[in-house]
Order: sequence, then structure tokens, then C-alpha cells
Amino acid sequence: MRTQDLVATAISNTFRSKLRTTLTVLAIFVGAFTLTLTNAVGAGVSQYVDAQVGALGSPDVFIVAQASQAASADDGPVEYDPNGSAMVSSNQGPPGTTTQALTDADLETIGDTAGIESVDPVRSVQPDYIENSGSTQFEFSINATSAVTTADLTAGAQLDGGSTEPQLVLPDTFVSPLGFASAEDAVGASVTIGITDILGEKHTVDATVVGVSLESLLAAGAGANDALIAELADAQSGGIDTAVTSYGVAIAHFDDTLSAEQITALKADLATDGYTASTIEDQLGAVQTVITGIVGVLNAFAVIALIAAAFGIINTLLMSVQERTREIGLMKAMGMSGGKVYTLFSLEAIVIGFLGSAIGAGVAIGLGSILSNVLADGLLSGLPGLNILLFEPTSVAFVILLVMLIAFLSGTLPAQRAAKQNPIESLRYE
Amino acid sequence: MSADLVIDARDLEKSYGSGSSRFDALKGVSLQIAAGETVAIVGKSGSGKSTLMHLLALLDEPDEGTVQVAGKEAKALSRREINELRNKEFGFVFQQFFLTPNVSVLDNVILPLKIAGIRNKQRRVRGMEVLNQLELADKADKKATTLSGGQKQRVVIGRALVNNPRVIFADEPTGNLDTATGAVVEDILFALNREQGITLVIVTHDEDLAARCDRQIYIRDGLIVPGGAIHSTDHTTDHVGSHTGAHNPTHAAAHTGAHSGTHNPSHAGAPTGAHAIIPASTTSVGDAS
Repeated sequence: MRTQDLVATAISNTFRSKLRTTLTVLAIFVGAFTLTLTNAVGAGVSQYVDAQVGALGSPDVFIVAQASQAASADDGPVEYDPNGSAMVSSNQGPPGTTTQALTDADLETIGDTAGIESVDPVRSVQPDYIENSGSTQFEFSINATSAVTTADLTAGAQLDGGSTEPQLVLPDTFVSPLGFASAEDAVGASVTIGITDILGEKHTVDATVVGVSLESLLAAGAGANDALIAELADAQSGGIDTAVTSYGVAIAHFDDTLSAEQITALKADLATDGYTASTIEDQLGAVQTVITGIVGVLNAFAVIALIAAAFGIINTLLMSVQERTREIGLMKAMGMSGGKVYTLFSLEAIVIGFLGSAIGAGVAIGLGSILSNVLADGLLSGLPGLNILLFEPTSVAFVILLVMLIAFLSGTLPAQRAAKQNPIESLRYE
Repeated sequence: MSADLVIDARDLEKSYGSGSSRFDALKGVSLQIAAGETVAIVGKSGSGKSTLMHLLALLDEPDEGTVQVAGKEAKALSRREINELRNKEFGFVFQQFFLTPNVSVLDNVILPLKIAGIRNKQRRVRGMEVLNQLELADKADKKATTLSGGQKQRVVIGRALVNNPRVIFADEPTGNLDTATGAVVEDILFALNREQGITLVIVTHDEDLAARCDRQIYIRDGLIVPGGAIHSTDHTTDHVGSHTGAHNPTHAAAHTGAHSGTHNPSHAGAPTGAHAIIPASTTSVGDAS
């Protein structure tokens, strides 16, 4: 028998007992439907988290700060050091926690550490407002680490760190209040940022909008390139060069070819020098672990449904073999080999598996896309950019192939039974 | 032996089971069938006639003895070669039709060609040829289940014929049909023999059908009974005094139940249709042999 004939025969045999096939296909449908949806949730949430990580920073950077030196009772008061004792507010620990600031000397030490390619202090600027040539003035903040981050853009381009032109990536919530018709319309426009210096004097700085980004869950504020931050910082300092330049945190770039172990070693090196370094992954690792865990549990439920369906396939095919005993005997009498009979029944199992999984995945994609849109506009509208169900072609194909594999394995026992059938026994009718 | 022997079986023995449940179906049967011959294998249920046909058709292997098909020793052939031989050289007609339901008549007929791996187009051409020959062309696209019994058996003959076999094995080909339809099916089979030279091996207990064949092989208790002993297939032991003692006890025992203990020689009292047919034919077969 030719392969194409075997396949065609298997397909037509599958539809011979329509009710039985339908019920078995339904069982597989449930499993495949669930698995497709849980995979889509996993992919959707992961993609969202990846976008958030991108908004926080590149994968090859450390956020470096002084290790906190909680004074212990035994040590007594710490001696004042004019070069290193400035305190800045820290984002680690309870609100109001301060940490020792990084000085230029610290930056040098960090930069000299083997494996660190460059280190840049994070200069925080506090602009007052933003306006678009005579529009209403809106309160405005700039994300200090935006120079190293990748914004989740809806229009325009990312910031150009090397440019001398002050550039801004505007959160999309500012687009219409500032009088722009659309995100595309805002790109290329020049806006004015107002800032008050330490002496109470007001300044304005002009910047060009190069991109519009979605509001990020983890990094609030607009993005500004180095040129704009420098300009704002200069305006903020009011032309006074403070005696000690101090920064809360610095961003250190490391070689992005480093392995995970080497990164850990590098962190340890910085720790011995008295600095805490953490990557973006460290900060989001816990979140991702939880997401992966939840998706894993959901997938496990789907797989349990599929295993139940596998018994359905075994049962269906065993009944089919029983029913078609004489047909199998006849085909064998006519010279069909046991191997071909085995292949025929295995193919029938695979056809059932394919039907169940293809319909399951198709319906999951259809319903899921509708659900995803409804949720994005309703319950999840507070999380722009989150597509709770993301159907990736590869993972859908993987689900279908997995189900077909399970179906094939389920078909092994009945197919073997069919292949071993003795034509004489099968054709006995007395 | 001459080269035109299609089947040459020697000293076939076959038993089923073991120990006390051992049953010797064949106890040493030799049989030669020449090309173009029509041979009837006649015997009662349990006589071993079906087992003999299975061995001749290479559906089963004998415990002892050899089968040669077209000069090839079956034991020396691989399983694949045997499958191929059955597929190409043999056609099968069974008492029950074994037609695949919900599949068209044409698809049923071309099943052996499909198994042989012949392309779809050629299959259909050849299938239509056969259906035309059997005057079933107008039913080609009908489902097999919609046909009458006689039509179904014609489809089965078409299926046996489609691969241009050398031998057609027919196991009770008319057993499921009424007399008139059965006669039509018989005519078709013998016409195939006359016109296409296809060898027929017919297993039956119908003496009329057996009588139409060139040769009758009578099987009883796993052995070939010489031609003159044809009456042994009937229950009329009174008619035949020439039986060997070995055959009689079994024979009598087999009939005790059927005749409610009274050994009634009258045919009118025969309880089954199979027995009822036989008396009319006994003389004619006896004359022929």
C-alpha cells in the first residue's frame, strides 16, 4: 500500500464511526484547548514582563550603589569623611532609608574593576512641568535611568545616547493633553521643559520628542538622553559647582558575553569593594519565577486532560479493531503486511489526535483573541501593552505536534493488536 | 510433476491445540491442482476442508508437508513474498461478503490493487473494467451496504478478480444466497474459468456446485476419501456398504444428535437444509466420477 493511500484510508476510516470519533476528538479538544490557552497566557505575560525589563534597562548593566552600612552598636559613631559621607535617599528598604552616596572616587573604583566596561552616574533631575508652545503646563518627571533603557515604543525611535541634541521619549498619556493629534504627530515636535534651580530661579529647556512610549509598570516618567539630562542638571544646579559631586546610584555596563557565573563573580568583586550591584534580571527574577510557576501548573492540568484523552483514544481504537476484525483479516488475506496494518491504525490514532488538537487550538485562538481584546479594554486596561493571551505560531504548532505524539503512543497498543491478527481466525465465521 | 501445476501440496498435516484438547484437522493430505482446473473440496463442518483451503492459499502454514505454488516452495519464501504471492496470484470469495460498509462498490473492488500499491488512476480503470464485466458498472459509486445479496457476492467476485489472479479460492460462495442468485454466481465463476482460464478451488458442502467442477475432493476427518465414497458426506449409511470401519463410528456419532437418536434413512426427515440438498445430487455426482 502506498503511503498516500494509507493516509487517505486512515482518514476515511476515522470518519466511519462518526459519534465515537467525535467524542474522542472532544476529549482531546479539551486538552489541546486548555494547553493552547495556558501557553498563550505564559507567552503573553512573559512578553509583557520582557517589555517591562526593557523599560528598566539593558541586560548588560548593573545598577550599582554603596552597600548600606548600618551602624552596629559595637562600632560606635562613624567618623565624618568630607569626601564620602553625603547621604542620598535609597530605594532599598523602608521609605526614608538613606544610603551613602557614590562619589567620583567610587565611580573610578567601580570602573577599574575587571569586567566593567564603563560606569555612568545616574543624575536625577526634577523638572517642574512640560508644555508644547503655549499649551497648558503639566507636571512631569524624568526616569533617571532612561538613557540605558529600551522604551516600549508606540511611535518614533529610541533615544540616541550619543546625540548632542536633547531628546525626549514622551509617555503616550501626554500626547493628547499636549495638543498632539496622534503619537506619530508628536514625534519630531519640540517641547519645553520647565525646571527650578537650587536657588529658586526658574529655567526652561527645549527638547525634541523622538518617540512615544507606553506607560511602563516598573519605570515611570519620560525618557531623556544624556544631552538632555546634562542640560537639565546644569539648569538645576544653578551654575553652582557643589563641592562634593555625589550620586545615589550609578549604571555600570559589563561585557555582555559574560556567563551567568562570571556575572555572579563580578557582583562578588564589587561587593568586596563595598558596592551592591544588581542586574535587571535580579530585580525581576522573582516575578518571572512566579509567572513561570503558575504557567507550569496550568500546563500540568492541561497535560492531565490530555492523558485522560489518551485513554479515550486507546479505547476507541481497541473497539475499532474489534469491530473491524474481519476487515483486517481480509486485508491480510489479500496480502497486506502486518506492518502496514500497524501503520494504518497508528495513522488513524494520529488523525484523531490531529483533529482534536487542530480544532482545540483553532477555537482557543479564536475565543482567546476575543477574550484578550475584551480584557485589554476592560479589566486589564490599567496595564497598557499587556496582551494577556499571546498565540505564538511555534507554541501552537508544538501543542498540535505534542497531541499527535500522545495520540500515536496511545494507538500503539490497538495497532499492535490489529497487526498481530491471524487472518484465518479473523475470517472464521462458523 | 508437470510445470502447469498451479498448486502441489504433499502430505499436509495440521493440528490445533495440544494435550487432551488437541485436534488433528488434517492428517496427511496430498493434492495437485493443474492450471485451468476447477476443483471442489467437499466435506462437512469440521472435516478439515477449510483448513485445507487455508493451507493451499498460504493463509496458514502446515505442521508437516509442503505446498508449492506455481513451482515455488512456500516454506522457502519470506513472509513478504508470501503476502505478495497471495496479493498477485490469488483471489478470495468467502461465504460472508466482508465488504467494507460506507465505502463505494468501486473502492471495495479495488482493495487488492490498493494493497498492491497500484496508482489510483490505474486502480479505478481496472476496477471499472471488472465492474463492467460483472454488469455492476452502474453501482460503482453506490455504498456496498445498499446492494442485494447477489449483487454483493458479485462485488466480492469482482474484488477476487481485479488483480487478474491465477487461482480463485471460493469458500462456500453460494452459502449465503438463495438458489436462483446462487446459480448466477456459480455461472459467473465457471465462466471466468472457461473464458479466462482462472483455476477455481471451491470449498463447499453443496453437491450440485461440487458436481459442476472438473474434480471433487472429499475430505473427512482430515483425510481425502477416495472418489467412490462420496456418500459418506451424506447421512445415508444404509446406501453405502463399502465404508471402511474407521470412518463409520465418527460418522454415526455425528448424526445421532441431528436425528434425535432415531437413525432415519428417509431424506424427508433431514433437519437441515444442507442435508436436504444432497440426495438429489448423489446419483449425478456418482455417475460423473
